[in-house]
Amino acid sequence: MYGKIISVGMADLKAVVAPDILSTLGLGSCVGIALYDPIKKIAGLSHAMLPDSTAIQNNSNKDKFVDTAIIKLIEEMEALGANRRNMVAKIAGGAQMFAFNATDDNLRVGDRNVEATKQALQNLRIPLKAEETGNKFGRTVELYAEDGRLIIKAIGQGVRVI
Amino acid sequence: MNTVPDQMFSNSHMDALKELGSMGTAHAATALSEMIQRKVTMPIPKVEWVKFANVTDFVGGPETVVLGIVVPLTGGIKGMMMYLMKLEAAHDVAASVLGVPHQGDPMEFSAMELSVIEELGNIMISSYLSPLAGLTNSKIESSIPYVSIDMANAILSVPAIEFGKSVDEVLFIESQIVIDDSSPSGCFIFVPHVESFTEVLKALGVE
Repeated sequence: MYGKIISVGMADLKAVVAPDILSTLGLGSCVGIALYDPIKKIAGLSHAMLPDSTAIQNNSNKDKFVDTAIIKLIEEMEALGANRRNMVAKIAGGAQMFAFNATDDNLRVGDRNVEATKQALQNLRIPLKAEETGNKFGRTVELYAEDGRLIIKAIGQGVRVI
Repeated sequence: MNTVPDQMFSNSHMDALKELGSMGTAHAATALSEMIQRKVTMPIPKVEWVKFANVTDFVGGPETVVLGIVVPLTGGIKGMMMYLMKLEAAHDVAASVLGVPHQGDPMEFSAMELSVIEELGNIMISSYLSPLAGLTNSKIESSIPYVSIDMANAILSVPAIEFGKSVDEVLFIESQIVIDDSSPSGCFIFVPHVESFTEVLKALGVE
C-alpha cells in the first residue's frame, strides 16, 4: 500500500506523488516545511537551515534558506502536477538545541526559521494547517503524500501526528 | 568569502589544522586522564570538509542519540567548540568520577551525573583550546558549556547552521578520545568562523 520512503537531508528538498513518503531525520534548529496538494496528492518537504537568503552573501544554494527553499519546493511540486492554490502547509522543527542566551539573535536561529517560514507562507497565501515547533528537542518527520499527514517523532516525547 | 572550500585551503593548511587538533586533543586527553585516573589515548585527528547531509556519519547516523557539550567562542577566535559523546561513554566517565555506576535507562542522567559531565567537558574544551590561545597570542573567550542529549543530526545542526552562513560544507576538525583502549569515547569538533581561519592559520605558521 505505501510507497517508497524518500529521504530529505539537511539543506535539501524533495517532492513526491502518492503513495510515496518523504522523511527527514533529526531536525534541530532547522525547519521542516511540509507542503501538500490534497487534490493531486502531491507532497513536498524542505529541510531549511537559515531564515533569509538576502542576509547572506553566499546564497546560491536555494535549498538552504527558508525564503528560497519554499519557492523552489512549490515549483518542484508544480512540475509534478500540483496546483499552488490547493496547497496547505505544516511545519516542524525550529528548536533551540542548547540553552544559549536567547537574546543573541544568532543563537536563536530556530525561532527565526519558524518566523521566516510563517511570513513566507503568508506572502504566498498558503494556509498553515498545523505546526510542531520550538522547544528544545530534535524531531524526525515523515510526510505522507497519500493523505498529507505529518508524523513527528522526538526522543522521549513519543510520536505525534499533525 | 564565498570561495569553494577546496580553493580556500591547501594541503598544508589542512595539515596545520590537523596539527592543531592533535595538540588540543593531547592537552584534553591529559586533563581527562588526571580527572578520571584512567588511561586516555587519541588516534590521529581527521580534518575534512563534510556536506551538511553527511555530518552525522561518524557518530552512527542522524538519529543516533548522543550527548553534546557546546561552548560558543568569542574574542580572538570566534566559532564553536563541541564535544560529542555516545551515551554509554558519558555514563562511563561520570561513574569514574562519582565512583557509582549508572543504574537504569541510559537516556536518563541524574543532576549529579550531568554536572560532572558538564564540568569534564568544560575542562577538556579549555584544555583543547589552550595551545591555540598561546599560538595566536590572543584571548579566546569561551562561555559556559551547554549540554544537550538528542539525535545527532539535531545537535550537529547547530554548528552546521553557524557554518552554513558562509559555505555549503562544514569543516570538521575531528579528534577522538579513547579510554582504556576500548572503542572511541567521544570526539571534539572545532568549528571556527570562516573569518577566524586566517587568524588560526597564521598562528600555525601557514598563510
